[in-house]
Amino acid sequence: MSLNIKRAVSLYSYQEEFFLRKMSLEDCIAAAATTGATGIELVGEQSVPGCPKLPSDAFVDQWFGWMDKYKVTPVAHDMFLDYNKKKGHYWTDDEAVESFKQDIRFAHKLGFKIIRVIVNTTPQIIEKVLPFAEDHDIILGIEVHAPWNINSAWMAKHWEVMEKTGTKHFGFIPDMGGFTRRLPRVQIERMIRNGADPEIAKFVCEQHEKGIMAEYTIFEVSRMSNRRIDMAVAELSRHNTYVNPLSLVPHIDRIVHIHGKCLEMLEDYTEYSIPYKEVIDVLKKYGYNGYIATEYEGNRHIQDIYEVDSVEQVRRHQVMLERMINV
Amino acid sequence: MYEKYMIVPEKAKKNEKGFEIGVRLPYYRGVSLSMVEEIEVSLDGETLPQNAVNITVNDKTYNLEQRENETNDRWEMGDIATLSIETPDDLPEGEHTIGLKINLRIGYMPFPSIRVDEKKLIFH
Repeated sequence: MSLNIKRAVSLYSYQEEFFLRKMSLEDCIAAAATTGATGIELVGEQSVPGCPKLPSDAFVDQWFGWMDKYKVTPVAHDMFLDYNKKKGHYWTDDEAVESFKQDIRFAHKLGFKIIRVIVNTTPQIIEKVLPFAEDHDIILGIEVHAPWNINSAWMAKHWEVMEKTGTKHFGFIPDMGGFTRRLPRVQIERMIRNGADPEIAKFVCEQHEKGIMAEYTIFEVSRMSNRRIDMAVAELSRHNTYVNPLSLVPHIDRIVHIHGKCLEMLEDYTEYSIPYKEVIDVLKKYGYNGYIATEYEGNRHIQDIYEVDSVEQVRRHQVMLERMINV
Repeated sequence: MYEKYMIVPEKAKKNEKGFEIGVRLPYYRGVSLSMVEEIEVSLDGETLPQNAVNITVNDKTYNLEQRENETNDRWEMGDIATLSIETPDDLPEGEHTIGLKINLRIGYMPFPSIRVDEKKLIFH
């Protein structure tokens, strides 16, 4: 096994162009491969019509044909549990398990080895579905996405399942958005365009950078304004968290995959909000050798007035990763 | 998310019972129709009843009740659905302001996922 961290791209990153039909699924795979990434991550329900229904044999052939043509490997499929799919009915555990199994079949059919488990999945569901995942050689990873961090109570419950079962098929998938030291400029500016008070936004950004607890900032802002949009700016500090990257260390062997979140890649190959180098240095030092998959998500914050260029944002992110990994 | 792409102006036209517009789902993945909690359309500032709105996806048309119960057929990301809206009176030709609110029930979000768009459209 490689000692190095490996690079992947989640095709989620190209969602703007895919949504507008400016890029096809094949275009997305080709763009990912051009960056030098060797792995592909997929939100099935975004990229494959009908998912999680099993794709046709013709599609499966085409899919593996693309993998060969562009010299990339399927790495991870991202699943969802639509507990409230039917109005007025909340799924039983059995219904949730059945939905989960279908995603496992889907992932297996397209050659994925990892499933990103959506964060609302309960530890009980994981336990029930684990034998099926093991049978299909699929590793499950609960997404550790802000506002959760790897030491949150919810993640401790999932850790108990890992410990109790001793399985090699369940671990964590941290999202780099959990290391947001500066609030994303693209997000703040969008909210100001939508009517947020620029002075309050500036205050919230300063408090966040100082490391002030988000709840305190939210309380302060509630005394400055009674407008919902200003409160939403304050709440950004709660939904974009920063924790010390060393928090990953005790769990390093349980990290099965990583989401390389980015909202704004600058021309100098840094991410505006996230101190990537500090996180990657920790990952390297403690021997993480799985994939980091680029997950560009800035489009939604700039698409109201700017042309989105996901391909360039992903390229910059991959250049950054390549340089940091191989230093 | 995707607000400004929701209403597709080129698809607007009058029909026998009222008018129709093209609409994209404001979300980053496809969903079953049953997860579309609300589709609210307004015409020149006046909100129309939700049961006056039918949706066509994948060449099949659903009224409100059928949509709420349709857990299989999916409105895929980026696909342009047709909303046909019945109006009590004949719609005068020309420019009208159309408002659209879509509310999705997303299992992992603790709050409703509501997106709005408004555009001036030409109807013939």
